[in-house]
Amino acid sequence: MLAVNFLLLAAVLFCIGVFGVIARRNAVMVLMSIELILNAVNLNLVAFALMNNNQEGQVFALYVIAIAAAEVGVGLAMVLMIYRNRKSIALDELSEMKG
Amino acid sequence: MLAAEETYKSLELSSGWFMENAWLIALIPAVAFVLIIAFGKKMPFKGAEFGLASIGASLVIATGAGIQWMQRTDSADHGGEAAQGMASGVRGALRAAEGAEAKPFIDPVVSQWVWWQNSGLEFGIGSHIDGLSILLLWLVAFISFLVQIFSLDYVRGDRRYTHFFAALTLFSSGMLVMVMASNMVQLILGWEIMGLCSFMLIGHWWEDSYNSHSALKAFFTVRVGDVGLLIGTAILFFGSNQWAVDNLGTNGFDIRAIQAWALSGDGSSWTLLMASVALFIAAIGKSGQFPFHTWLPDAMAGPTPVSSLLHSSTMVVAGVFLVARIYPVFWEGFNIANGGLSFIAIIGGITIIIAALLAFVQDDIKKVLAYSTVSQLGYMMLGLGTGAWLPAVFHVFTHAFFKCCLFLAAGSISHSGSHHSFDMKKDMGGLRKFMPITFGAWCVSTLALTGVIPFAGFWSKDEIIDNVGDAGYTFLFWVGLFGAALTAMYMTRATYLTFFGDPRGAAAGIHHDADHGYATEHRETLVTAATIDRELVTVGAAPKSLGAAAAHGDDHGDDHGDDHGDHGDHGDHGPHESGKLILIPIVILAVLALTSGFANPTPLAGDALGLNLGEGVELIKEYVEPRAEAVSLDIAAGHAGESVQLLEPGFVPNEAAGFVPNEAAGFVPAAGDKKAGCGRSTPEVGTVCYFPAVSHAVPTLSKILLSLGVVAIGYAAAIGFCIAFYKNKHPKLVGLTERSRIARGGYLFLKNKYYLDALYQNVFVYFVSRPLAKATYWFNQNVLDAAVDGVGAGGKRAGEFVYKNIDQKLVDGAVNASGTIASETGHGLQPIQSGRVNHYASLLFGAAAVGAIVLVILNVS
Repeated sequence: MLAVNFLLLAAVLFCIGVFGVIARRNAVMVLMSIELILNAVNLNLVAFALMNNNQEGQVFALYVIAIAAAEVGVGLAMVLMIYRNRKSIALDELSEMKG
Repeated sequence: MLAAEETYKSLELSSGWFMENAWLIALIPAVAFVLIIAFGKKMPFKGAEFGLASIGASLVIATGAGIQWMQRTDSADHGGEAAQGMASGVRGALRAAEGAEAKPFIDPVVSQWVWWQNSGLEFGIGSHIDGLSILLLWLVAFISFLVQIFSLDYVRGDRRYTHFFAALTLFSSGMLVMVMASNMVQLILGWEIMGLCSFMLIGHWWEDSYNSHSALKAFFTVRVGDVGLLIGTAILFFGSNQWAVDNLGTNGFDIRAIQAWALSGDGSSWTLLMASVALFIAAIGKSGQFPFHTWLPDAMAGPTPVSSLLHSSTMVVAGVFLVARIYPVFWEGFNIANGGLSFIAIIGGITIIIAALLAFVQDDIKKVLAYSTVSQLGYMMLGLGTGAWLPAVFHVFTHAFFKCCLFLAAGSISHSGSHHSFDMKKDMGGLRKFMPITFGAWCVSTLALTGVIPFAGFWSKDEIIDNVGDAGYTFLFWVGLFGAALTAMYMTRATYLTFFGDPRGAAAGIHHDADHGYATEHRETLVTAATIDRELVTVGAAPKSLGAAAAHGDDHGDDHGDDHGDHGDHGDHGPHESGKLILIPIVILAVLALTSGFANPTPLAGDALGLNLGEGVELIKEYVEPRAEAVSLDIAAGHAGESVQLLEPGFVPNEAAGFVPNEAAGFVPAAGDKKAGCGRSTPEVGTVCYFPAVSHAVPTLSKILLSLGVVAIGYAAAIGFCIAFYKNKHPKLVGLTERSRIARGGYLFLKNKYYLDALYQNVFVYFVSRPLAKATYWFNQNVLDAAVDGVGAGGKRAGEFVYKNIDQKLVDGAVNASGTIASETGHGLQPIQSGRVNHYASLLFGAAAVGAIVLVILNVS
């Protein structure tokens, strides 16, 4: 079935994204990984919409893209501010929130 | 019964806006009181404008209501005659024996709202408009209005000017509330408002301890009587409530229900007697009857407008009004119908004489008037106690004018003539030349008070005396006449000392700053032989006894404010006529003192004068006295504008004997036609009476001449004595009290007010304050306190146990434990908060993965 391939691709993308979030030190790379995760989910939504033959999943995918754009905008702004203050965007150096 | 039914007739009674909204008369001054207190000081006239405007508005409404009440009465009479047809001739013949034509009962206009209710018992508040309440509403509003105008000038510059007007307005409001009361609860409300305001007004200058003592004395003496009012109301309620619920659909506080119940014959005479005695004790206290009259002369400590208002139409009339309002209770309770020698009449008779005698030894002009008021109130009570309801109420009406005028004239004298002094012997004399208008008004009012024809007092007071004699109380008749002679004498003395002779003290222009006001005996001190017989000290003569009298005297005068700079007219300190604001009310009242008697002149006395007064001239009798006619029960509790059916009480035509009592219908007349009618017997089944059939004396020329002669003798004796004693200083009279043991004893007895104050002060108050208080204290300490202490100690021990075991261990333990748990959990989870985004992400995805696995397992299995 074609849909299974889509789902498998989405799962692979998701795993790569998770790996990126957990393992990368660079904040920009982490943001990109989050985009990967979101796109994996988008792919899932579109695949299921195809399977069930309705349009709502595709509409959801459009929403997710819009939200993701906003999220990336905010994330990159934060990264920029962090860089200006610290001349570094290495995440393992940012642990002031330690409880 | 058929015959009885035929005598029903239906008539339309007219009503009107003023009568239905009469509650505004009392409400407007009450609102004005709040306005004066809240905004008075900021207003251009310091709040006086609110007081005047509100009383003026009340006066307008009261006048309108009065006119409408007269129209209502007329409409009933005309409608009644038309509907009556043949029967009216029958009735006329029947009542002709009494000298009056039977007229239908006029239903009062009652507007009532539920004030509050408790266990199904509704307490109403509203207005109950009939002739009596209209008369007093108008009278109170009118007198209050004039007194407020007078006060504008009289208390100008006073340190508590605004509060004075506030209290004066609330006081009027209290009286108006009481007068229009439709039930006993509202009556008590108005009664108590007045008690409170009298306390505030008498003690207006409370900085002087004498004034505050007098205010307290007035308040407490009246309070003693008030206990009687509460007890009497309670007795009436429990006596009449069931009857009222069954027959009238109201309750035992309703005044109409009480009236009807008292005359229905269903109440036991013992209940009625107890209620009458209790209520009359309240009237004794409020109306200053013997033996509670002692507060009234001390109430003169208040400003003169207050004395004037209190003693003419409001406070002291309240007791008389109470008796007149629920007259059926007293009528049946004291068995006045059958000539029972009632408690009321006896007290009234005693009061007339003792108060008149006390007026002889007063040097304070206001105290003479105060005792005169007490004496005149005695006349009113005497009238009420012997069945002369109409003359007594009429005397309330005329007395208000001339007594108010006399007080205001006294105020005018002290304001402009004697420099705030009221001492006739020290600071007055010869004032007639300086104050001609005040003098004229005083003379007119004095003639009215003493009952000289044709002044107002003659028509009312002689009517009382005449009716007392007519009702068979011969002894009280002579008491009344003797009192009239005494009135003429003490008023002559007061007039002579004030207006004739040579000016003395302040009247002569002497201004004693050190001894400002008048010197009188200290209230606690009994007068002894050494200090009696103060001589009249004129200019030039050495003030022999003045210094001694002043030495222990206090400053009791109407002295407002410490500085007199605001009295611009005090430049020369000499006597002069008062200003317009003071004179106008006095002149208006003097005119009414002359003319108000013609509201109800007895026809024969009019004939004797050569006046053809015609028919229907007895206005008070026509419009104020409730008609003693039975009203059918079905529509007895009718309201304004409703058609009212009236029933002729128990008479059917009989060809042979004219008229015989309808015994079949349960009507049993007493012996003689005169005794028949409401209150002489029980009303028929299915009907109620609201007012007893009082008889009216037919005046005869001989009786009129007798009373006028007695007054003339009083005048002649008093004028002769005044000239001989005060002017010529006749050697036989001067110093009589020092030479004759009897004269001295009598003088001291009077001067010390029958030692009643000493009795109250030294016996009652002393007993209450010393042994009784000690015993109460012991009981309190050793019995009550021991019990309270025991309970307290037990409570403390129980509290300690609870604190130690339950509060500390159980409650606090639980609270502390929850805190500890939260704290430890937090510490345990602390390492997870590494602050590193990667850790958080791995935790998030790990948890999501675990959640996903659980979900899969659950769905698969």
